Amino acid sequence: MHVISSLFILALLIGLVFLGVGVLDLQYLFGVIIPYAAITLFLAGVILKVLKWAGAPVPFRIPTTCGQQKSLSFIKADNLEAPHNIWGVLGRMILEVFFFRSLFRNTKTEIKDEKIVYGSDKLLWAAGLAFHYSFLFIFLRHFKFFAEPVPQLMSIMQKLDGFFQIGVPELFLTDIVFIGAVTVLFIRRVVIPQVRYISLPADYFPLYLILGIGGTGICMRYFSKVDIVAIKQLATGLISLNPIVPEGIGIMFFIHFFLVCVLFVYFPFSKLMHFAGVFMSPTRNLINNSRVKRHINPWNPEVKVHTYAEWEDEFREVMKDAGMPLEKE
Amino acid sequence: MAEKLIKPEDLARGISYKHPEKDWRDVPTEMKKGCINYGALPASADYLDLPNVKKWQPMHDDWQLPENWKEIIFEGLKERLKKFRSLQLFMDVCVRCGACADKCHFYIGSGDPKNMPVLRAELLRAVYRSNFTLAGKILGRMAGGRELTKDVIKEWFFYFYQCTECRRCSVFCPYGIDTAEITMMVRELLNLLGLGIDWITTPAANCFRTGNHLGIQPHGFKDSVDFAVDDLEENCGVRVEAPINKKGAEVLVVVPSADYFGDPHYYGFLGYMALFHEIGLDYTFSAFASEGGNFGLFHSNEMMKRLNNKIYAEAKRLGVKWIIGAECGHMWRVLHQYMDTMNGPADFLEEPVSPITGTKFENAKATKMVHICEFTADLIKHNKIKLDPSRNNHWNVTYHDSCNTARGMGLLEEPRYILKNTCNKFHEMPENTIREQTFCCGSGSGIGTDENLEMRMRGGFPRANAVKYVQEKHGVNLLTCICAIDKATLPPLLQYWVPGVEVAAIHELVGNALVMTGENDRSIDLRGDKMGGKEDTEDV
Repeated sequence: MHVISSLFILALLIGLVFLGVGVLDLQYLFGVIIPYAAITLFLAGVILKVLKWAGAPVPFRIPTTCGQQKSLSFIKADNLEAPHNIWGVLGRMILEVFFFRSLFRNTKTEIKDEKIVYGSDKLLWAAGLAFHYSFLFIFLRHFKFFAEPVPQLMSIMQKLDGFFQIGVPELFLTDIVFIGAVTVLFIRRVVIPQVRYISLPADYFPLYLILGIGGTGICMRYFSKVDIVAIKQLATGLISLNPIVPEGIGIMFFIHFFLVCVLFVYFPFSKLMHFAGVFMSPTRNLINNSRVKRHINPWNPEVKVHTYAEWEDEFREVMKDAGMPLEKE
Repeated sequence: MAEKLIKPEDLARGISYKHPEKDWRDVPTEMKKGCINYGALPASADYLDLPNVKKWQPMHDDWQLPENWKEIIFEGLKERLKKFRSLQLFMDVCVRCGACADKCHFYIGSGDPKNMPVLRAELLRAVYRSNFTLAGKILGRMAGGRELTKDVIKEWFFYFYQCTECRRCSVFCPYGIDTAEITMMVRELLNLLGLGIDWITTPAANCFRTGNHLGIQPHGFKDSVDFAVDDLEENCGVRVEAPINKKGAEVLVVVPSADYFGDPHYYGFLGYMALFHEIGLDYTFSAFASEGGNFGLFHSNEMMKRLNNKIYAEAKRLGVKWIIGAECGHMWRVLHQYMDTMNGPADFLEEPVSPITGTKFENAKATKMVHICEFTADLIKHNKIKLDPSRNNHWNVTYHDSCNTARGMGLLEEPRYILKNTCNKFHEMPENTIREQTFCCGSGSGIGTDENLEMRMRGGFPRANAVKYVQEKHGVNLLTCICAIDKATLPPLLQYWVPGVEVAAIHELVGNALVMTGENDRSIDLRGDKMGGKEDTEDV
């Protein structure tokens, strides 16, 4: 059900572009106003969200330790899995952010002959990593549209990406990896019973949206040609805050561009905020040194306690009979 | 209870990971017998000044919620979102990738989809979305939201007392989302409505009053310790001193109360006493701080602080230099990650230094509390005690990492180092089931009750399954651990799944292996059974 409903929303969004640009000729709205609004909402939304998280204190030092603590000199401490200093935390975060360290641990649990068996399961890790890196590569590659002259780095990236020189224009490896990875992520969401059961429209929708963006992008590059020069004019105009909408940009571009805008707006209100949240997770980004250095809880509450004096008052007689030491006889 | 319990083979065969097609929000929760814990006794709740106290049981239809129950929950949630970044973040960033799904022992053992950590968290997240996010307020169900109803409260009660706060899921989560944090928050919310369980509330009340969960009064505590001294003398031929409330001792030793009252904990307690005597440690127990464990951890952060308070207070009153904490899992979660923050700074104590080896425990220099395994491992490394591992030859040993010491502390190698020096036969369980990936006993966080037995057997299945593996492969007959809840709940679990494997404290093996000055022929171990490998100890 959720699989269909969120697809319907994507269709609606694409329809909106056909209506807006194709019928009503609202190029300026879709080419300038919406993109500016989207980037503003994105930035404001992300900043507000991060500030909201940052505004909530971390009252307790609660790293999840996944390795040996630093204790005795003859026991080797694992600074990456149970960081005992800031370098350990940095290393842990780098492994997490750039290599998805925790996902790499993933296993698959099954019951066979009344016994539980665990198998390795790296698919989610591999697909997740492939998706994020190809997305990043493609995103960076797009700066060639915004910069004049095209920086050398972009040209190198493009050369690398088209290394095999298949077809004209040459096929980008990242395009294949990107579509492949997103497809795997989608299929596992539908096929694995546990994952299907927990999936919400908010899980399918971003996948559709991203597939839509990728699909239209690929379409423009390989199949339905668009006027690159005009698009670059639009892009450089937008970035220099001097927007113009040249004639003759194809509808395919507007769909692509609009879906990107939707993605930007959708970001701060959705689970996609994990991109910022991963840096702030108290189970990962804290040093496991709570016995070395006192961690301060800004709202450390006053609580009612039971004092020794009250306790001795209640039990003085029995303690006396048992010959136990007392504060007051 | 026992005769009604489902047979292990039927339980294992009956587990299915196929899920209903229906949206989980439309699947009603049944308060299944054998899978719930009884409600808190009013007397205990009253003693702790808890709100909305009532005589109540979860099996009843009417939970007697206060009139403004919704407002209490919303206000409570709002307050906690502001106080805990973990909660706010964990509500917002989950992508439902499913990596955690089959990592929870309760899910593995029950197949109930709401026991997947992600879905357990969604039970709260759905209500959060509907009431605290823009998308949820506008789109409701479509945005993954859910209306807060009395049935939702019941569902929370059912599933958040089916989480043992073991944190295994958080190891696998790409964002480190820790279900234990969420469970702790929901339990706090439920407690605001007076929906606590008795196995947490009554021990907490006992602890607040007498100093320990079991409600043992000071003279009873002294009796237990005196009895243990006699027992140890009978076994080893050595009479030890076990001071209580002794002012000016160098070290305060805090143990979980089960150590001096429960079996097999008790043999580990004998082990500590033998060890302290042999090395001549100047220490004292305390009848006031006669509990290291802290069921407040399973209730609320305030309750945790209230119960933990007495440890530093007593250390100060007695004028000790530093503190040793004995074998207990959740106790060490509190001591390691919460105590200093809550009740510190412990500036009236000194940085812990072992008087025997001179080792500075720099890893405990602020909190001033050292884990007994750290202390003992250091003694062994410096050859300060004489150990005869062959005395444990009747045991073929494996080691169960307790959730809290493994994932909340990183205490992994110290106990293994001790084991390697105190026994000859040691085999690890499979790597997916130990260290940071260790499986919970299934009864932690205050749900180790008889009325919850079926769920405990289900939740403990993965742990037992791994024990069975080493039993079959290596002939293991002893599961050692450093957690009082483990020691109480693993024996029935293993009896159910893996008969023939016993449970023991690490310091029971230390006590057995320890060569004491003036000891007798040591023909019996601390349990009073024939000591293994006696013939190999001629050179002693």
